[in-house]
Amino acid sequence: MTSRRRFNAARLLAIVRKESFQIVRDPSNLLIAFVLPVVLLFLFAFAVSLDIDEVAVGVVVENQGAASAELGAAFAATRYFDTRFARDRRELEPLVVAGELRGLVVIPQDFDAALERGTPARLQVLTDGAAPNTAGFVANYARGVAEAWWSSQRAEAGVDEERGPSVRVEPRFWYNPELSSRAFIVPGAIAIVMTMIGTMLTALVVAREWERGTMEAIIASPIGIGEFLVGKLAPYFVLGLGATLACALTAEHVLGVPMRGSVFALLALGSAFLVPALGLGLLISAATKNQFVASQLALFSGFLPALLLSGFLFEIESMPLPLQWLTHVVAARYFVESLQTLFLTGDVWSEFARSIAALVAIGGVLFALAARNTRKRLE
Amino acid sequence: MRFQRLVAQIRKEILSVLRDPRTRAVLIGPPLLQLFVFAFAATLEVENVSLAVLDLDGGKWSHELVQRVRATRMAGDVLVVESHDALAEAVDARRVLAAMAFQPDFSRRIEAGLPADVQIVLDGRRGNSAQIALGYLQSIVAELNADLAVLRGGRPPRTIAIDVRHWFNPNLEYLWFTVPSLVGILSMFSALIITALSIARERELGTFEQLLVSPASPLEIIAGKCIPAVVIGTVLGSVMLAAGIFLYRIPFTGSVLLLYAALVVFILSVVGVGLMISSISRTQQQAILGAFSAGVPLVLLSGFATPVENMPPVLQALAQADPLKHFLVIVQGSFLKALPPDVVLETLVPILLIAAVTLTAALFFVRGRLE
Repeated sequence: MTSRRRFNAARLLAIVRKESFQIVRDPSNLLIAFVLPVVLLFLFAFAVSLDIDEVAVGVVVENQGAASAELGAAFAATRYFDTRFARDRRELEPLVVAGELRGLVVIPQDFDAALERGTPARLQVLTDGAAPNTAGFVANYARGVAEAWWSSQRAEAGVDEERGPSVRVEPRFWYNPELSSRAFIVPGAIAIVMTMIGTMLTALVVAREWERGTMEAIIASPIGIGEFLVGKLAPYFVLGLGATLACALTAEHVLGVPMRGSVFALLALGSAFLVPALGLGLLISAATKNQFVASQLALFSGFLPALLLSGFLFEIESMPLPLQWLTHVVAARYFVESLQTLFLTGDVWSEFARSIAALVAIGGVLFALAARNTRKRLE
Repeated sequence: MRFQRLVAQIRKEILSVLRDPRTRAVLIGPPLLQLFVFAFAATLEVENVSLAVLDLDGGKWSHELVQRVRATRMAGDVLVVESHDALAEAVDARRVLAAMAFQPDFSRRIEAGLPADVQIVLDGRRGNSAQIALGYLQSIVAELNADLAVLRGGRPPRTIAIDVRHWFNPNLEYLWFTVPSLVGILSMFSALIITALSIARERELGTFEQLLVSPASPLEIIAGKCIPAVVIGTVLGSVMLAAGIFLYRIPFTGSVLLLYAALVVFILSVVGVGLMISSISRTQQQAILGAFSAGVPLVLLSGFATPVENMPPVLQALAQADPLKHFLVIVQGSFLKALPPDVVLETLVPILLIAAVTLTAALFFVRGRLE
């Protein structure tokens, strides 16, 4: 039995070969490793966008005054809104209920009169709160349009704001001056796609061995647990790194996301991320023996946390505290952050080192658990 | 179609899904996890973010502005840095979302009545949050300006008053959006995976031949595979519905009956997709990954993560063929908007059409396999 504990290059090579053949033989695997990531990347790049553009909004102008008409025109002119005008709000309210309009801007009956009297003129913004994110955007942008219109009005009228404002804000967006959401979503999406390949594919492959009973054949062979795990995973590791490169090339050359870091850093981060991704897949398949269960677990412990808890779309610091703690064990969190830095900022090794250390630590724990689980079944 | 044979088929299908205790656990556990964990993550609000301050001024007014920023919900930890390099390092390493830098003459210029600049550096890698944070900072500065104007004996600059009111969800509770949406997303994924596996499992295990020699007709076989998915999907959807109403106390203002009718039609439209995947998959692994490859785009195009209007026109057109997009309108509307029956029925039409197309296509696909 002592030989089972030792690493043997020939045995390792044999299992790597077997596994590689198995991958290449089933074309659906290659489809999943190379075509699916690119398709998903495109979907994320185009379908997931936080850039507000042409949101359908109704503008109700309740009086015939000149100022009301001008303000209405200001709403029509902005590219943020796709406006629809009416004189009576009852005309447009059903459209908000049906979800066809995201909100209403109401310029009330006495708007012009109030401006002339010099009392504060009121403007009403009603949003469809059923979609809270969009509602927030509509409120903010509507406010912005109205305020910009108002200050241009005052400038025209020659009302100089007593020497102008005292404090001026000089904002600067680093790394992504045009603030295109694609620039940060695409690097994040690479992490999501990699989670899918690393965790899902591994979980399914090993679960299938159990389900089909071929695991018994491996148990009967003289192979050791270490050799088995390494041999089983090496081809997937290579496949995963290949997919990372394919995704990065697509991001840079097709989707136009700048790539300011080095390929070496990309490979280092990719390799570090594959440790927990493959480890999780292995643990799932060792703990279940059934492909359906494995796929569901991979979905809920790998894919969804990567999508929701990684900071890819939703700000981690704004989540409830317990969820923030939870994000520390979500491997994708570190990968998303570092990929965004790699693409938009460049090589920041102080950050990468932290990420790589965290990824390897999480991966180590997952592998230890997976090895324990597998050994229990093997012996 | 013989009723008895159909019932036997359905029993067998349901048993094959629910027989294994781990499978049962996986059908029940993850949705609960989804409900109690992930539902809280989906917010685009910006709160408690870390900021950095480089105060080369150290005077009264820079201090005042920093205090006002600290007092907001948006600000979390405030990191005080001593140099531009340290500021750049903090932003580079993602320790802060935004940084404010004051020049040495900031307070002096304000006292002298001259315009003073505050430089705000924002992390474009977190572009969305950065933009929202900038909005907060700008409104704080605007308030300070108004106060300064008063202090100098002037009148505050005249403004127009903007009343914002959020209908249906006055406090913009994100859970009121995510939990109703999960009714659709969860029942979709479970129905999709259950049907995608149904035929693929039989083929992988070799029991497909037995099905072929059984007296069941193709239509019966398909119905036998559809109905369990509809039942399980509806039950899961109901659990989320109940959790939304009784646990999270989200107002439910629409018609339960119409919602269930829509849910069943919606699941049927998904079942058609699942059956097609199943009939072209040779293994369960292919079926699962196929279901996943269909499910993720359906969620992304539904407008759940980001609004459909933000997408390019081609994808917007494609989104019209996404049953989840239409179902989300119905389920969100039934919770919050007291969606009138005529609007529900109008929205149901595209789902019905999609269901008719996918089920007919599935019938052809499966029949092709059977013959």
